[in-house]
Amino acid sequence: MEEVPHDCPGAESAQAGRGASCQGCPNQRLCASGAGAAPDPAIEEIKEKMKTVKHKILVLSGKGGVGKSTFSAHLAHGLAEDENTQVALLDIDICGPSIPKIMGLEGEQVHQSGSGWSPVYVEDNLGVMSVGFLLSSPDDAVIWRGPKKNGMIKQFLRDVDWGDVDYLLVDTPPGTSDEHLSVVQYLAAAHIDGAVVITTPQEISLQDVRKEINFCRKVKLPIIGVVENMSGFVCPKCKKESQIFPPTSGGAEAMCRDLKIPLLGKVPLDPCIGKSCDKGQSFFIEAPDSPATLAYRSIIQRIQEFCSPNQSEEENLISS
Amino acid sequence: MEAAAEPGNLAGVRHIILVLSGKGGVGKSTISTELALALHHEGKKVGILDIDLCGPSIPNMLQAQGRAVHQCDRGWVPVFVDREQSISLMSVGFLLENPDEAVVWRGPKKNALIKQFVSDVAWGELDYLVVDTPPGTSDEHMAVVEALRPYRPLGALVVTTPQAVSVGDVRRELTFCKKTGLQVVGVVENMSGFACPHCEECTNIFSRGGGEELAQLAGVPFLGSVPLDPELTRSLEEGHDLTQEFPKSPAFPALTSIARKILDRLPALLS
Repeated sequence: MEEVPHDCPGAESAQAGRGASCQGCPNQRLCASGAGAAPDPAIEEIKEKMKTVKHKILVLSGKGGVGKSTFSAHLAHGLAEDENTQVALLDIDICGPSIPKIMGLEGEQVHQSGSGWSPVYVEDNLGVMSVGFLLSSPDDAVIWRGPKKNGMIKQFLRDVDWGDVDYLLVDTPPGTSDEHLSVVQYLAAAHIDGAVVITTPQEISLQDVRKEINFCRKVKLPIIGVVENMSGFVCPKCKKESQIFPPTSGGAEAMCRDLKIPLLGKVPLDPCIGKSCDKGQSFFIEAPDSPATLAYRSIIQRIQEFCSPNQSEEENLISS
Repeated sequence: MEAAAEPGNLAGVRHIILVLSGKGGVGKSTISTELALALHHEGKKVGILDIDLCGPSIPNMLQAQGRAVHQCDRGWVPVFVDREQSISLMSVGFLLENPDEAVVWRGPKKNALIKQFVSDVAWGELDYLVVDTPPGTSDEHMAVVEALRPYRPLGALVVTTPQAVSVGDVRRELTFCKKTGLQVVGVVENMSGFACPHCEECTNIFSRGGGEELAQLAGVPFLGSVPLDPELTRSLEEGHDLTQEFPKSPAFPALTSIARKILDRLPALLS
């Protein structure tokens, strides 16, 4: 669809093509004909494409800055430690694409081939796609309205040649808007395993995260569980613990209990995490013995168990 | 001949400051609230407009959640959060029946509400209107800049945290400001160091240096660094009167200095 007017009522709305702001829009006739209400053919195309992808996981939060991208990147690193597991990391934060930096891929560009766009590979078994790779300068701003962002997300899902993938991880921006609706809609036919919801302990985060959980329930997206990030800080000098983001209303534990959702784990604040992300290196390599690394590993295992419960059972049987 | 902008509800507002960041979770809402309180402390009458439709945090910060919003003949009456009625607030948070209800709207609907918020809130006479925004450079930001353009906002306060991942996003926000003709009042670095309450050792939890680096890169003033204060966070959430608690926080001198720099720079910003 071409550029839409500022007050576009939305192609799927009852006012499509009929509103005052529709006058002069190049898509007016198309919308008025009701074509906008028909299912997007891309949904079937994406379903086909996703046949080579075994598991799809969304990383969400209502709140910004809780560590979604940090978590997505390290979930990818953790899963890819097994060379036989193919991992794909898709960054759909169009305005604030952090994943290239966190994965040490800043400045990389994507290539087009006959079979579509090639992801950028960190390892042989870990491929990444982000709008960041399409920008020529770190100062370039992506100042797009909803419809154009949706178009990009559609392209990412339909036109990237991921190949055979065990896990497709989708990192999202904060909120409950265009990007979130689009990714759920476009993957509707392809089955999403579930969402991992990230929060920090304080009520101001939980407030937004409850909305996100509400959103997941509205769009019938299964919730794998919640991760409480930045959960406590151990002073490097005196080794005493402080709560930088105090769990004034009981933290994620209380929220998960109320909403009957699994708490996958709590990750403490470690200044090394921020530094590793800034350098584009895996925190697991920089600080393998950190309590944060151990927390991450336990959470990753629980996610794997959720995605492949039968496989985990078999492995337990074999080893017993 | 240029048509004069309809005076409307913003006619009595002397200065408008937008608080922006490309990055989420850097403390825009906290800084917006703290800046409003600091300006209030300097004797100014302030209003706060919270246009974060998906995550409206400010009502809770000022203990105003669940307050009813009334209509008058000029539009919505903002909620006063202090006894003297010198700090007023409008947020989509007030319009939600259930605080856990998600506002799952696409761009066009968000744009429409933001336009209404800009033109239909009866602010009355204000020295400063602080506009808190969600992270990003998208619908909400374009809508609010366009809607405010006739009222010639003072400019944008851009918030970052010290680490490079934040700076990476926030530099794009600075480009947004340039492209939309929004003057940058300055950069504020939040979460700048944490003093351990047990031993007072200061740790740079979120790295260091980002704020100044960003200001230098973009050729805009660096207004200052604000340290992490968990006690203030706790006060914000436990229902304490922020107008009383805030002056006791280590963040207070930082925000006072930032507010004073803005007040000092006013003549230069207005020319």
